[in-house]
Amino acid sequence: MERTTLLGRLTWQLGEVVATQVETARTKSLTIALPQWTGHRPGQHVDVRLTAEDGYQAERSYSIASAPGDQKQLTITVERLDDGEVSPYLVDELRVGDQMELRGPIGGYFVWEPSFGGPLFLVGGGSGIVPLMAMLRHRQASGSTIPTRLLYSSRSYEEIIYREELDHLSRSDATLEVSHTLTRVQPPDWIGYRRRIDQALLGEVAWPPEQHPLTYVCGPTQLVESVAAKLVALGYETARVKTERFGPTGGA
Amino acid sequence: MEHRLDGNAAAGALQEIFPFEMTTADATCAGCGQINVVGALVVYKHGMGTIVRCPSCDTALIRVAKTRGRYWLDVRGVRVLQIAVES
Repeated sequence: MERTTLLGRLTWQLGEVVATQVETARTKSLTIALPQWTGHRPGQHVDVRLTAEDGYQAERSYSIASAPGDQKQLTITVERLDDGEVSPYLVDELRVGDQMELRGPIGGYFVWEPSFGGPLFLVGGGSGIVPLMAMLRHRQASGSTIPTRLLYSSRSYEEIIYREELDHLSRSDATLEVSHTLTRVQPPDWIGYRRRIDQALLGEVAWPPEQHPLTYVCGPTQLVESVAAKLVALGYETARVKTERFGPTGGA
Repeated sequence: MEHRLDGNAAAGALQEIFPFEMTTADATCAGCGQINVVGALVVYKHGMGTIVRCPSCDTALIRVAKTRGRYWLDVRGVRVLQIAVES
């Protein structure tokens, strides 16, 4: 059982967008300054609340993409869901200087810090990469050399979020291996995997179970449940496979 | 719409009520006796609120709703809740 600290009440804070970054055609990163922010751990999320002029409120959860460090700001990466109430506004309308309501950090289960050890196996589907990216960014920033493998499933090359940063991280760090699979469309010269994550693919990419890997799986519910079941079938310890399901359509 | 999520998705609702990080607490299911970390339980979110279920036997461990200025917390599906505190 992990140790728990008193957190105090979860309260809404007003933040200001200080930077935006287009990641893919459907995703955008928003960096938000929060004067009362007390910091976070890699893997945690925040709730965002939007209030319409008539008082109607909608809340959604988004994983934090940035590493802990700067105590007074954080970055979330949001995928636009076409039928969404919140994400189209965050991706298409919000501008630098705009304000938004946010609370957190939330969650202590889907968290990884270097002291937890490894070897680390991260599996992401679509925007499920976001909390895993916070872990990878923190791992790099803290100089950790814990052997780490990332398996990232995207629909197409253009939809790989943080593609260049992941390329750079894996090229500059011999203890980090990044494997991609593209499930729908692949470029002609694609040398990565080209199918949904199956047992054989996990057998090639995942750490052998004898090494007692610590695993984090995040993405759409179907992918997460399928990968978690296959890992357990490979001999992974259930208690060391942590999952975060986004639901069927993405968007935490 | 009913989406199957996991205990992380109930973290915000529980953190509104409890002063502890609840996703790392251990809950014993009153239905089957299995002990799970709350983060590993199954969560369904509705417009009305949040239901936390046992991944093994589907018993509803926790129901949380907030309406008309009140929290409604039904925890009859939890036999024991173990919350670690910093020593």
